[in-house]
Amino acid sequence: MFYLGTAKKASKEMQVDWSAVYQQRLEQTKDERLRSFYEAGVVSPDTPISQVSFVAVDFETTGFDPQKDGIVSIGLVPFNLQRIQCQGAKHWIVRPRTVLAEDSVVIHGITHSDIKSAPDFMRVLEHLLKALEGKIVVVHHRGIERPFLDVALQKRINEGILFPVVDTMELEARVHRNKPLSIWQRFRGHSLPSIRLVDSRERYNLPYYRQHNALTDALATAELFLAQVSYRFSKDTPIQELWK
Amino acid sequence: MQIEPVEVLDFLRRYPPFSCLPEEVLGQVVSEIEVGYFKADTQILELGQQVNALHVIRSGAVDIHRRNGELYNKLTEGGFFGEFGLLRDGKIRFPAKAIEDTLLYFVPSALFHRLFDEYEEFADAVEIEDRTRLRQAVARKEDANELMTSKVTSLISRELVSICTDATVHDAATCMTEASISSLLIVYPPEHPKKDYIAGIITDRDLRTRVVAEQLPYSTPVTDIMTEELITIESNQFVFEAMLAMLRHNLHHLPVIHKEKPIGVIAISDIIRYESQNSLFVVSNIFRQTTVDDLAALVTDVRASFVRMVNEDANSRMIGSAMAVIGRSFKQRLLELGEEQLGPPPVPYCFLALGSMARDEMLIVTDQDNAMILDDAFDPKLHDDYFKALAQFVSDGLDACGYTYCTGKIMATNPQWRQPRKVWQGYFDQWIDNPSPEGLLHSSIFFDLEGVWGQTEWAEQLNKHIVKKARQSKRFLACMSRNALNRTPPLGFFKDFVMEQDGRQNNTINMKRRGTAPLADLVRVHSLAIGSTERNSFLRLNDIIEADILPRGRGQDLRDALELISMVRIRHQALSLEKNETPDNSIAPEDLSEFERKNLKDAFQILSNAQKFMKFRYQGAR
Repeated sequence: MFYLGTAKKASKEMQVDWSAVYQQRLEQTKDERLRSFYEAGVVSPDTPISQVSFVAVDFETTGFDPQKDGIVSIGLVPFNLQRIQCQGAKHWIVRPRTVLAEDSVVIHGITHSDIKSAPDFMRVLEHLLKALEGKIVVVHHRGIERPFLDVALQKRINEGILFPVVDTMELEARVHRNKPLSIWQRFRGHSLPSIRLVDSRERYNLPYYRQHNALTDALATAELFLAQVSYRFSKDTPIQELWK
Repeated sequence: MQIEPVEVLDFLRRYPPFSCLPEEVLGQVVSEIEVGYFKADTQILELGQQVNALHVIRSGAVDIHRRNGELYNKLTEGGFFGEFGLLRDGKIRFPAKAIEDTLLYFVPSALFHRLFDEYEEFADAVEIEDRTRLRQAVARKEDANELMTSKVTSLISRELVSICTDATVHDAATCMTEASISSLLIVYPPEHPKKDYIAGIITDRDLRTRVVAEQLPYSTPVTDIMTEELITIESNQFVFEAMLAMLRHNLHHLPVIHKEKPIGVIAISDIIRYESQNSLFVVSNIFRQTTVDDLAALVTDVRASFVRMVNEDANSRMIGSAMAVIGRSFKQRLLELGEEQLGPPPVPYCFLALGSMARDEMLIVTDQDNAMILDDAFDPKLHDDYFKALAQFVSDGLDACGYTYCTGKIMATNPQWRQPRKVWQGYFDQWIDNPSPEGLLHSSIFFDLEGVWGQTEWAEQLNKHIVKKARQSKRFLACMSRNALNRTPPLGFFKDFVMEQDGRQNNTINMKRRGTAPLADLVRVHSLAIGSTERNSFLRLNDIIEADILPRGRGQDLRDALELISMVRIRHQALSLEKNETPDNSIAPEDLSEFERKNLKDAFQILSNAQKFMKFRYQGAR
């Protein structure tokens, strides 16, 4: 399983030097928007999370494969450890280059006609990167947002993007998936607790939200992160313990 | 394109003070909202801290404390706090602590003030949120009364019996005999285009007059003798409309139609049975019974009439006084029967009703509180055997009719409460002139007193005497108010428990002991203080409001609180009766709707505040 593997590796994994990555990409990039993004830089690894500006991001996509599928909507909401700021919240619907499959329509409720009138991803890219600039991105399940954004850029401007993310699903897995069930537990009918967004939120007594609206999911992720921090970390926890 | 988080918008739309804002303003509010999370047992606001936002609870629970650490309020989803500080000096006056994991929405100070200044409804809702909410809840209920009465469907007592158009009169007669019914609907058969529609009706009378008297063969098709072109009634029409239709057309049977197809037939006997549950009918029935056993047999009718009034959305005053009239009638009829048995009384007397019956606030679960005033010529040696026997007869009879013996022995069978006029006057003089809380502990019930039989004018004279004396005795009022504080309301209601003022949690609450009784006590103290001659709490409250002794609006609040608590208690008893359970006064919060919980909490808060005010007014600030 994807999260099992990463959770196990977490402690021994080499820390990426994000400042160096940003610096290197800044030198190589030919795109104005990316230049501005990397120029804003990234906080140093030992920064306490109480001093970090975060932004929770959620993409709704036509599927799970960044190579084949496209982004249909983007939601984001900025926050810090004290408060989530709806004021800076953003929500865009974009036109994917791939065809919208019927079943994904059912999931995120975005229809072909919504898409038809939506701008291409490139039209919102500048605003999106501005919203992420200088902030640490928080997502639930990092297999989606970063890869999709990376591929979308590669396809359009022949240049990808890389930045650290905090994955609330992985933070949840650290607690609930850190060791597999014993045979005895399995025999007794135990199963691993779900670390899906809805179930994770429930563990912290956060209210139920309807899923699959990118903005709502971004807000839900931000709230989950605040709850995780107040239960399991402190305001002095350095960001390097959380990001990947 | 929706730019605000839709979950936040939906939430605010549901709760005051935001629910009264126009939609476009609400969108603006959402876009400025901030969100925070507080783990259970963490402090949200400290005393004296600067407050920069209205705090709205999205989920979880928060305790609000007074300066001295006493619990002031407990809030859950939709509750808000911090407004006191925002509207004054920006400093927190009531510290707040999360007692469950809590998600808060913050409405920034500048936005809050803008809304408060620009939208009157928003400001009102913030300032008097608790009280308005309750008032509106009660008002909405009263509006609904006029529209809601019983529908004809409530009279349909059995499944529809019908026969097809191709049957003979013999088939029909057999069918009617088997089902023991006096009328039969004839419907079109399944293959007919008007399948299941009514073709006609036949009755017992038709079989007699159109078949037997005419010497028709039994093989005659039913269609030859049936009545066609029927008068029918729609399932959504009211009982009184059915009655009118039957009267106007002189019908004994009336088919009920739903979506053009018959669903049942109402017979005149159904209407009579329905009417027999009418409380007026019950009363007239009481006076027709000649033995205690016959009276006791009416208990089911009494209960049915109670349930029916509740279902017809009568308010607590209508129900309380109807039940008191019924209770009084039982007493009167029993005294009549007693006098028939024992002979005429040797000296005149007056039989008293006390407590809820005297206040016209009687419900189903109630014990008998009564007493007797005897003529001053009463001589125990000569006369008491008679009155003792009469009191015993009435008391036993009442118990048989569902009014259980009073555990506090406040009954005419107790010699202490079977005394001549002068002794009674002496009792009241003693209570009022030399009051002590202990001495008055069990006698507050005597200050709700009504003559129901015999020389009822004596009761009135006694009442006048009390009213005149009581208002002049500060010590008496102080003692009465102290006793009225013995029973306090709980602080709040949660899904499955009741929060007490000292923080304890209970699983049930006695709505009489903790709600209606302390309210009646409180109203009685004020009413004695202003010399009101009314006995009903609502009427007393009207006098109290007129006398203007309460802070503005509080009298009306008390009226709403009394109505709400009474109705919850009444509905609970009606539900128990419908489920064939023994009705009581104990309510588990989980049996209440979220709406009821919320409003009850407000009502108890009003009672609690009113108790504090009463203490201040009659015992001085201590």
